[in-house]
Amino acid sequence: MTLIDRRMGLFLIGLFVLTVAVPIGNLGLEDRLVPSYVVSLLGKYLCYALLAVALDLVWGYCGILSLGHGAFFALGGYAMGMHLMLEIGDRGVYANPDLPDFMVFLNYDALPWYWLGFDMFWFACIMVLLAPGALAFVFGWFAFRSRVTGVYLSIITQAMTYALMLAFFRNEMGFGGNNGLTDFKDVLGFDLQSDTTRAGLFILSAVALAAGLLIAKVITNSKLGKVLVAVRDAESRTRFIGYRVEHYKLFVFVVSAMMAGVAGALYTPQVGIINPGEFSPANSIGIVIWVALGGRGTLVGAALGAIIVGSAQTLLTGWFPELWIFVLGALFIFVTIFMPQGVLGVIEGSFRRGPPPRGLTPAKPVKA
Amino acid sequence: MSIQLTLDGVNRSFDGFKAINNLSLTVEKGELRAVIGPNGAGKTTMMDIITGKTRPDSGVVLWNQSVDLTREDEAGAARLGIGRKFQKPTVFETQTVEDNIALALKEDRSVWATLVHRRTAIETAKITEILKTVKLADQRADVAGGLSHGQKQWLEIGMLLAQDPELLLVDEPAAGMTDAETMRTAELLRSIAGKHTVIVVEHDMDFVRALGCRVTVLHQGHVLAEGSIDHVSANEQVIEVYLGR
Repeated sequence: MTLIDRRMGLFLIGLFVLTVAVPIGNLGLEDRLVPSYVVSLLGKYLCYALLAVALDLVWGYCGILSLGHGAFFALGGYAMGMHLMLEIGDRGVYANPDLPDFMVFLNYDALPWYWLGFDMFWFACIMVLLAPGALAFVFGWFAFRSRVTGVYLSIITQAMTYALMLAFFRNEMGFGGNNGLTDFKDVLGFDLQSDTTRAGLFILSAVALAAGLLIAKVITNSKLGKVLVAVRDAESRTRFIGYRVEHYKLFVFVVSAMMAGVAGALYTPQVGIINPGEFSPANSIGIVIWVALGGRGTLVGAALGAIIVGSAQTLLTGWFPELWIFVLGALFIFVTIFMPQGVLGVIEGSFRRGPPPRGLTPAKPVKA
Repeated sequence: MSIQLTLDGVNRSFDGFKAINNLSLTVEKGELRAVIGPNGAGKTTMMDIITGKTRPDSGVVLWNQSVDLTREDEAGAARLGIGRKFQKPTVFETQTVEDNIALALKEDRSVWATLVHRRTAIETAKITEILKTVKLADQRADVAGGLSHGQKQWLEIGMLLAQDPELLLVDEPAAGMTDAETMRTAELLRSIAGKHTVIVVEHDMDFVRALGCRVTVLHQGHVLAEGSIDHVSANEQVIEVYLGR
């Protein structure tokens, strides 16, 4: 099994073309072929795609159906948002050089202790990985050791993100309450409103997605990846062979949470806001839909699914805003019933030459 | 000969039902032992206790007369050298026959070791040898889910061989096999005993007879009789509860 198979190769080529073409179309030509808002929009989809790859790693390969992955995404987003808030400095409405606007408004005297260090970009970057990673570690430690699996695990991941949403809605938490963090000005001195910064963030998102895909591929191609699939298909058998299943689950869950955190950190500056809505259970369920629609357990399919649903959402909410949610629901039902291997399965089914790729292989009929 | 496994005064009840009732049993190293008993005699619970899946309420379970098995979980017991084959063959259905064996090979089972693991020529040779033993060499690259029931049984036995355990617990290996396959299985189990300790749980009396080993009869969670097949089948109590008149 090579690291870059046909599927992965084609996707990376496509991603590379997009990464070169979009900024050129936006910046390089006189009469902007690509409007600036589209650059940020595409950047946002790439963040979603990375998030979907993160979920596919745990769900597609290890059978952990997390309905709370939005929480890790949001934590990464908040960690980056906190840095961006502090970089505003005295350019806020209240012109307070030390405190973000919402803290001045809420009569804070000084930064809460957990905001310390976020004025440094490198510190924020570490927290982007550490905050989701630590949450995943603690959550996974207890859940996997207690052997909570299946529906029960899904329910508690859902409860986790819901609890975090309620917590972040509270002003007392010190994360801006229901308004969240917004009004960002710049990052590392680059104006967030400028087209070059937007293009830069877009390129960075593409690089992050490619890196995420390759990391996930290295993991799933290794013997560890085979153990993960073994856990997915026959957990107790894997234990009786001598693998500590909880360690494997914990490892992949933490890696996935960190990947989701990076996606959130790139999402926040491109969208310009991060608020508790990102923790909402519906968001996390949305991620599962992307993965299922694109093709579970294929990585590339998950990324495609996120991009397809994201684009469809943008187009359809523009055309018929009230209908979007019904279209999404219908799409999901349609895909589950008629395309069990997802969009990728259908595409590859129609262009397939040679043996089907592994992981997608349906079980052969049992010979008598 | 030294003792491989000791169960002494083991009890385990589920919701008031005594599945294991003051069970005492010793198995010597390299021994082939058959355990028979009617449904509900506690055969499966006994195996669950030995393999760390179930903790006994009381009693002693010792490995090599020194290690307390009641403190181990499934992975811990497996790492000590206890392998288990289930009645219903469970293999990793979406993976190839080769990968199934590779996953079972006796190697470092830590997360890091598997992440950086690279297949060596020695491993490949070992896999080839095992696949030959279980007659699945031609199916090497096939997905395990596509194998027949009997082939899955053999694959699982191959995985146990790859695991190279000191003690093998085998649950009804003959279930669902043809007569020829059953006899081949008995032959295989006889041949690996000696090098490994083997405990076979079985219903099929012909199969037990073919094993030609010491037999333990369980009834209501404790040992009813023990000895050669002829000895136990002549026992009045055994005839009453199990063989029927």
